[in-house]
Amino acid sequence: MSDGKIDKYRKVAYYPGCSLEGTGHAYDRSTRVLGKALGLDLVEVPNWNCCGAMEAKNIDPKVQTYLSARIMALTANELGMDVVMAPCNGCYHNLKKAEYDLAHDEASREVVGKLAEKSGETAYQAGQVETIHALDWIKSAIGEQGLRERVRGGLKGLRVANYYGCMYSRPRHIFPEKDAGTGSESTSKPHFMDDLLAAAGAENVEFALKTACCGGAHTLSDSDMSTRLVLNILQAAEAAGAEVIATECPTCHSGLEMHQVRAERRFGKKTQVKIIYFTQLLGIALGLSPRKVGLQENVSDGLAALRSRGVA
Amino acid sequence: MSALAGIETRLTALLEGHPTAADAPELLGLGEQILEQWVSAQGHTPTQTQREGFRLIALHRQGTEDEPSFNACRETCRELVYHYNLLILEPDRPESGARAQMMTRIANHLYLFVAGKMQVRQLGEFCCASRPLRAQGE
Repeated sequence: MSDGKIDKYRKVAYYPGCSLEGTGHAYDRSTRVLGKALGLDLVEVPNWNCCGAMEAKNIDPKVQTYLSARIMALTANELGMDVVMAPCNGCYHNLKKAEYDLAHDEASREVVGKLAEKSGETAYQAGQVETIHALDWIKSAIGEQGLRERVRGGLKGLRVANYYGCMYSRPRHIFPEKDAGTGSESTSKPHFMDDLLAAAGAENVEFALKTACCGGAHTLSDSDMSTRLVLNILQAAEAAGAEVIATECPTCHSGLEMHQVRAERRFGKKTQVKIIYFTQLLGIALGLSPRKVGLQENVSDGLAALRSRGVA
Repeated sequence: MSALAGIETRLTALLEGHPTAADAPELLGLGEQILEQWVSAQGHTPTQTQREGFRLIALHRQGTEDEPSFNACRETCRELVYHYNLLILEPDRPESGARAQMMTRIANHLYLFVAGKMQVRQLGEFCCASRPLRAQGE
């Protein structure tokens, strides 16, 4: 995908996913108001279901493939649309994985076909729908120049470490559009969030751990390990000079926020860096109020930090 | 003291001190030792070969052979190599101290990732390229 206005992405199907109705509600809220402020249309996928996330995938990956394929089937067959946007890295990853599996694996096509038939629905066919992330959406439909033209106030040099997490770009083979030359996203050093926030006036710091594991997988089995991984990310961001860590995934976001609190209580290690969704930062840069982008819903007190910098 | 615990002790000491460009070879070596632990735990002999001029990269590649989700530390390994190159090629830059500190954090992340992964190995995987528990015997 390249920078610039692409009409195809101005009106897309929206798959918020489960997290955005719970811990990631501020991400849902800020995504919707940002889209509105930018003149973009989101049409929520009707009667959507869980993408299969980690739980279904761990028990039976083909059930996950079906669950994710159903979202794309609803997009194509119920909405008659060919682009679905998923802001959550887990959902985005799973839909991309389902697309890949259905294009390359006969057994997956068979299982999805049978399950769809059983539920009285039309099975999804690979290639019917393009799945994009919220970053792709803004980057492609508006672009950096479009953002610069719309910024009111901007981020005033706020020093930001952009954290993409592990599922946005891995494994590489399910993201054929990435690493595709000029303008495309990189799987090894993602930059779409950096590009957008820079256009909104942020100063991005060089952040070595932008795709590093946050230990989300260990949260239940070994919370201390998760806390130490997150603490290392937070400390690395601070060492890089960041005031804010920008996130683009509800799981990463809540992991960073909750383990920041836990690191202080469990290990006595306090970090000051604030964790804010990129959609919240872009909304504020466009002149939306902190409340409108749901900043009060964050655990991390980003509002005070932004106010002290004259950003909000 | 286990090898991983020894690595952790050394990394903690470096993090609490003021690492410099002179510590870059040791940090790269610690990265290799961390990956050796993972490869050995998989029942393989850690490779002595290099890829792209670095044994660390070859070890990482070897570590992914039985475990695709180990790819989640690919960029961490590459950042370690990148910071090594920065420190070796430009040891006298004013930002060398900060770079050495960051390289230590990256090595620490690799340690935490691998140590965590080894702990949960018997409990199943939930990572991005995971294989389901029931497929482990396939």
